[in-house]
Amino acid sequence: MAGLIIKDIQKSFGKTKVLHGINMEISDGEFIVIVGPSGCGKSTLLRMIAGLENVTSGEILIDNLNVNNKEPMDRNIAMVFQNYALYPHMSVFKNMAYGLKIAGIPKLEISERVQEAAKMLELGELLERKPRELSGGQRQRVAMGRAIVRKPAVFLFDEPLSNLDAKLRIQMRLEIKSLQQRLGTTSLFVTHDQVEAMTLADRMVVMNEGVAEQIGSPLDVFQKPETIFSAQFIGSPAMNLIKGVTDGQSIKLENGVLLKCVTNFSGEVLAGLRPEDLLPDKKGEIIIQIDMAEPIGASTILHGTLKNSDIKIVSMVQGLVDQKDMQKEMSFSISPEVIHLFNRESGKRIN
Amino acid sequence: MKYYDYPKLFVLALPVAIFFVTFFIVPMVQLAIVGASGDSGVSSYFTIVNTPRHFESMLATLLLSIAVTFTALVISTTAGLFLVRNIFPGKEIVLSILTFPLAFPGVVIGFLIIMLAGRQGLIGLVTKALLGEKTVFAYSMLGLFFGYLYFSIPRVILTIMAAAEKLDKSLEEAAKSLGAPPFRIVIDIIIPALKPGLIASGAICFATSMGAFGTAFTLATNIDVLPMTIYTEFTLNANIAGAASLSIVLGLVTWIALFISRSLSGQTIAVSG
Repeated sequence: MAGLIIKDIQKSFGKTKVLHGINMEISDGEFIVIVGPSGCGKSTLLRMIAGLENVTSGEILIDNLNVNNKEPMDRNIAMVFQNYALYPHMSVFKNMAYGLKIAGIPKLEISERVQEAAKMLELGELLERKPRELSGGQRQRVAMGRAIVRKPAVFLFDEPLSNLDAKLRIQMRLEIKSLQQRLGTTSLFVTHDQVEAMTLADRMVVMNEGVAEQIGSPLDVFQKPETIFSAQFIGSPAMNLIKGVTDGQSIKLENGVLLKCVTNFSGEVLAGLRPEDLLPDKKGEIIIQIDMAEPIGASTILHGTLKNSDIKIVSMVQGLVDQKDMQKEMSFSISPEVIHLFNRESGKRIN
Repeated sequence: MKYYDYPKLFVLALPVAIFFVTFFIVPMVQLAIVGASGDSGVSSYFTIVNTPRHFESMLATLLLSIAVTFTALVISTTAGLFLVRNIFPGKEIVLSILTFPLAFPGVVIGFLIIMLAGRQGLIGLVTKALLGEKTVFAYSMLGLFFGYLYFSIPRVILTIMAAAEKLDKSLEEAAKSLGAPPFRIVIDIIIPALKPGLIASGAICFATSMGAFGTAFTLATNIDVLPMTIYTEFTLNANIAGAASLSIVLGLVTWIALFISRSLSGQTIAVSG
């Protein structure tokens, strides 16, 4: 087990720069999730840590040892691939044993370690099967088993759940989380799914266009998004962003509504209002013309337009709102502490 | 596979059935009868074992074909993998030059070997200038080996390239991250993944080398491969029964090789030669 330090990592493919200097310090046993839209460079970063891509500049330290020029085999890492990358001609046992066999570990010990991992992953019955005879979830487990038996310093997961159906994905998510907690191995997990990121991570890295927009605990990122990008990427439905002007204690939205907020900044800003922070309130200042309602069970998502403007706004209210009972106009209030303010030019958080 | 209950559609298979019967079954049966019609009757089928000359010819042909097959597989697999994995200027030209031998009949390939290693060949000229002695191997088994290798390589390269393009790169990356050095990745991951392609193209190589005639005929002085023996028996010795039985045996050996490879690789294999 070991920590992982990433110092100003940059990556270019030819003239295209895909990573613009990523810095990260991961402590021993931490579960880090790198989340971002496709093409943001998150998989490239993971592959660089694995040693499958060259480092253009910067440093990768595993256990305080620079591994920039080390082959994957010398990095003491284990990677779980999106498509599992199981060897079709080998049985489950042989797939899991492969890394140990290469390392020249005695047969008896290989067998013990594979059995142990198989037991942990409930694969005991399947050891003689070929990968094609397994379901998606089972293949996923074999791929993890293959990583676990090596007892590596760092686990690297490259979108391992994205090929599973929704139900299985939730189940495997829980299994990965509990497995990681039991083993205590430093882990890096790449995903585009913000729910996976929120649920799995000790800390998460929100990436966009080769830049780490924010690194922090899921709640930190959710409650105090540092940039407009992480504000909009994390949270569902996405945060509303409305232009406004602050005077040091309140904000005047584009449609003229005045809201109290916490800031000492005066000037043009973007106000971020989370849909679930908009609370139905007969005396509320925010009046929304509702265009559409999406009941999703425990709550209802309301799509509408701010009164006296054409600004689209989304709110989420608890419980079911019957289409019949739905008023054309609803008023909401929001508490000043949960209004996020961002600089319009830099996109950075102000308050 | 599904079987449909449309007996009328057998009409569609009629042309190929007629063709198969007239041009294959009838002459084959005829050949088999002729093979057994000589002085020694049915036992002429054992000529391949009984007559030392025939047996040696069979053995030489088998060894040559096996050597050609393995050499072609080794050369073409490395070259094919390289060509699939690398992009470089002129790649298309290299590819089309590599597949050029496919355009030549055996006679021309024999001719090329003579140009290279014959009595007036390039290798002979160079070795004479350097060592004072002409090296000539065009008219021997070695010449034939190079000739066969020359037209086997493109067939194998094309099959290997098709198979290599479908290789899942993440399998190799997984092996790398699991600590496998390059040679283990080749042995444990790449070769098993290419196995169907290797078997299929190896079988084509083998069958083609077993039956090729044109090249051998062009180079024939010291060469006694089975197709040449059949030709000699038929035209010079007028041993029609012997030629027929040897033909059947040659056909059987090749067919068995194809059958085995087909059941191993589960692919349809086409032979041309």
